[in-house]
Amino acid sequence: MANAEVVLLDFWPSPFGMRVRIALAEKGIKYEYKEEDLQNKSALLLQMNPVHKKIPVLIHNGKPVAESLIAVQYIDEAWKDKAPLLPSDPYLRAQAKFWADFVDKKIYALGRKIWATKGEEQEAAKKEFIESLKLMEGKLGEKPYFGGESFGYVDVVLVPFYSWFYAYEVFGNFSIEAECPKLIQWAKRCSEKESVLKSLPDHKKVHGFVLELKKRLGIE
Amino acid sequence: MAEEEVKVFRTWSSPFPLRVIWALKLKGVEFDTVYEDLSNKSPLLLQYNPVHKKVPVLLHNGKPICESLVILEYVDERWKQFPLLPQDPHERAKARFWAKFGDDKVLQTMRMDVLLKQGKEQEEAIVSTIENLKYLEEELKGKKFFGGETIGLVDIALGWLAYHFNVVEEIIGVKLIEQQKFPLLVAWMQEFSNIPTIQDSWPPRDKLFDRYASFRKAALGEHTPK
Repeated sequence: MANAEVVLLDFWPSPFGMRVRIALAEKGIKYEYKEEDLQNKSALLLQMNPVHKKIPVLIHNGKPVAESLIAVQYIDEAWKDKAPLLPSDPYLRAQAKFWADFVDKKIYALGRKIWATKGEEQEAAKKEFIESLKLMEGKLGEKPYFGGESFGYVDVVLVPFYSWFYAYEVFGNFSIEAECPKLIQWAKRCSEKESVLKSLPDHKKVHGFVLELKKRLGIE
Repeated sequence: MAEEEVKVFRTWSSPFPLRVIWALKLKGVEFDTVYEDLSNKSPLLLQYNPVHKKVPVLLHNGKPICESLVILEYVDERWKQFPLLPQDPHERAKARFWAKFGDDKVLQTMRMDVLLKQGKEQEEAIVSTIENLKYLEEELKGKKFFGGETIGLVDIALGWLAYHFNVVEEIIGVKLIEQQKFPLLVAWMQEFSNIPTIQDSWPPRDKLFDRYASFRKAALGEHTPK
């Protein structure tokens, strides 16, 4: 539908896109989902994100918001009366933003190395990946969510990678659950939420996607 | 009224803690400074930033906040005078976008590839930096500062362009921000630097030059080109 108030330009396996899907679902926002072919980007994507030409891009009343963390914060601020994702206390907000930044610095890049490399490089990536997840497990502690009693910003930021864990495990030949059982418990708890259930693809589909991607990139 | 204890862990040279210093000064917040030697980090720094072990760290009433852009937003939320972020959610998103762009696309490339590499790798980094600077030039159209009439989060995040950037240009002997190509950026650099709080906080230029030159020399080993 042309002129839909909220549009999301996305790509189904993207964990960054999943964050925005989850945030929109948490707030009960109706939106138009547009699947992008990243090998053949739409004119709309290039117009709405000319700087990076990447997804996800949230378009609200014709105005674009790019970068997933920025889009999730935008959603939290523009629809502030429902299901707040960030806490109201400035110190707790800063903690949440710090950990979201940590996820971005570590999890995606290390995960990519796990499926895209072999030998020493892969082993080093696996080690650091597990260390990073353990750090987050420590941060979670005994709480049901990173947001405390309720699902919040850090949960939204991290849980999409759960749909990639199976692919990491297969290509990396290791078990994430064996190393970080509490984190897997957390991920399963999150997956019971409708917003997460609707937004994460099946992990076998993701594995299939990575297989194809490796072929296309010429990675053994 | 409870006494506020505000401390900033910084180095004398890094542009990241400088952002926090500027924000606190502009907001008229009293604070203490702890200078760190990153080759010999204090136990306190390691205690307050165990994850990254870096500066800046802001300590507010004993509670640490890390990562300069996170600290800036915290400072803006705690001390409302001289607001750094606008109120409108879309404008806030734009400000966050440009602050991140500056760090990911310009700062990273300058301090790593432009300063520390040579030959083709350096050339490509220079081309990439200039391409990305064009976006910033475009963003300044019709504005005195990135924040509009007064400086904001983006000006503070990009502030290093008005000082540290030129030190790198001088060391490598290549000018990237040329007047004809980037008239708005050059004007912004002057306006930004003219702000007394900013002017008073720059690190000593000759020391900075020596520091960056030594980084370049170390990265390139014995084969420093002329």
